[in-house]
Amino acid sequence: MSVRHAILALLSEGPKYGLQLQKEFESSTGEVWPLNIGQVYTTLQRLERDGLVESDDTESEGPQKGFHITDAGAEELCSWLNTPPDMTSPPRDELVIKVLSALRVPGFSVHDVIQVHRRYVVELMQQWTRLKEDESDFDLSFALVVDAELFRLDAVVRWLDTADGRLKRAAAEPTTAPHGPRIARRLVVRR
Amino acid sequence: MSFLELRRVSKSYGAGPTLVHAIQDVDLAVERGSLIAVMGPSGSGKSTLLTIAGSLEEPTSGEVLIGGASIQAMSRNDRARLRRRTIGYVFQDFNLLAGLTAVENVSLPLELDGLSAKKARAAGMAMLEGLGLADRATHFPDELSGGERQRVAIARAVVGERHLLLADEPSGALDSTNGEAVMRLMLTACKRGVAAVVVTHDAQLASWADRVVFLRDGRVVDQTVLPPSPESFLEESSPSSPHR
Repeated sequence: MSVRHAILALLSEGPKYGLQLQKEFESSTGEVWPLNIGQVYTTLQRLERDGLVESDDTESEGPQKGFHITDAGAEELCSWLNTPPDMTSPPRDELVIKVLSALRVPGFSVHDVIQVHRRYVVELMQQWTRLKEDESDFDLSFALVVDAELFRLDAVVRWLDTADGRLKRAAAEPTTAPHGPRIARRLVVRR
Repeated sequence: MSFLELRRVSKSYGAGPTLVHAIQDVDLAVERGSLIAVMGPSGSGKSTLLTIAGSLEEPTSGEVLIGGASIQAMSRNDRARLRRRTIGYVFQDFNLLAGLTAVENVSLPLELDGLSAKKARAAGMAMLEGLGLADRATHFPDELSGGERQRVAIARAVVGERHLLLADEPSGALDSTNGEAVMRLMLTACKRGVAAVVVTHDAQLASWADRVVFLRDGRVVDQTVLPPSPESFLEESSPSSPHR
């Protein structure tokens, strides 16, 4: 999440003070991601330096100093919103590395390792889902953040389930093993 | 006391070299008011567990108790009555009767149990109203959306004084919004004191449960620990920086 661009998005609604930006940032992320005021001012200074925001002419510093977005800032915001984040390279996922490593350790059940992680992730999902239970206490920003977290964790469980099944089948049919290195090589090339 | 209890329940099919153990030594206890999810891949024995819990199938060994009474000790008639009055089933493909309207589908179990058609219909209508489906009551299943059909199926499963709700992949092919609506209805039933079991391979669905039990090759291999309150979780999980 880019604080820089989130602040530009809040300023696109109209001029705001630093403290106001901090509060609105936190409420717009369902208060899941806290942001300290120091980080708000550091970001505003950089945005001002880059000509993306301007401060009021007043001499006052600190909480009473207002900021507004410039044309260049609005252009930067529009460009950022329409640019998909880089998802081309597979991330170095610690969980994937753990499962791959468990395959190499003699006497270690990779299925048990998968289950330990599956249970942990499902427990996390139960906790996020509890936050959704009371719909009356559930604002839209918060709902979107919780959904995003649940889908991210759900993808992890799906991968663990698929890995579990694939390893079970591979144990029953060892002939599938030679495909492993070929996939690995291709991933290295893509990095 | 648990409303549903499975004690060392096993189920095998075939014999000799073709013997298959669908589930083995499964222990499961479900209190009234709680929702338990059973998660596992295809072929792990989830559906077998559910059909045995619902007295639709006999275990090869072990015991199933509902409301403290052993199913195996019951006569055929008593078991049929238990299925009509106490247990509600929700299936992936809804299993609504195509020739009956939504309200007729919902009131059918009550009529089969001897209630007058008028009273059964009134109870069915009240149930549909509670689920926001009053205006769809006279529609036939093929005139309803997938989400509406499943809500009607849940209404049918909990109408009357049913105490045990058993659901097999209840969100089936529904999208996540409708899947969530289905789980909210199940939770509402639990809040009224119903004991519920949902079997699924879907972690998002399972995460609505109070406890998730993991089934693998017919055995219970693990279960989640009851999570702490949402507030404490949010405080602990909030990263110090929003950068992710």
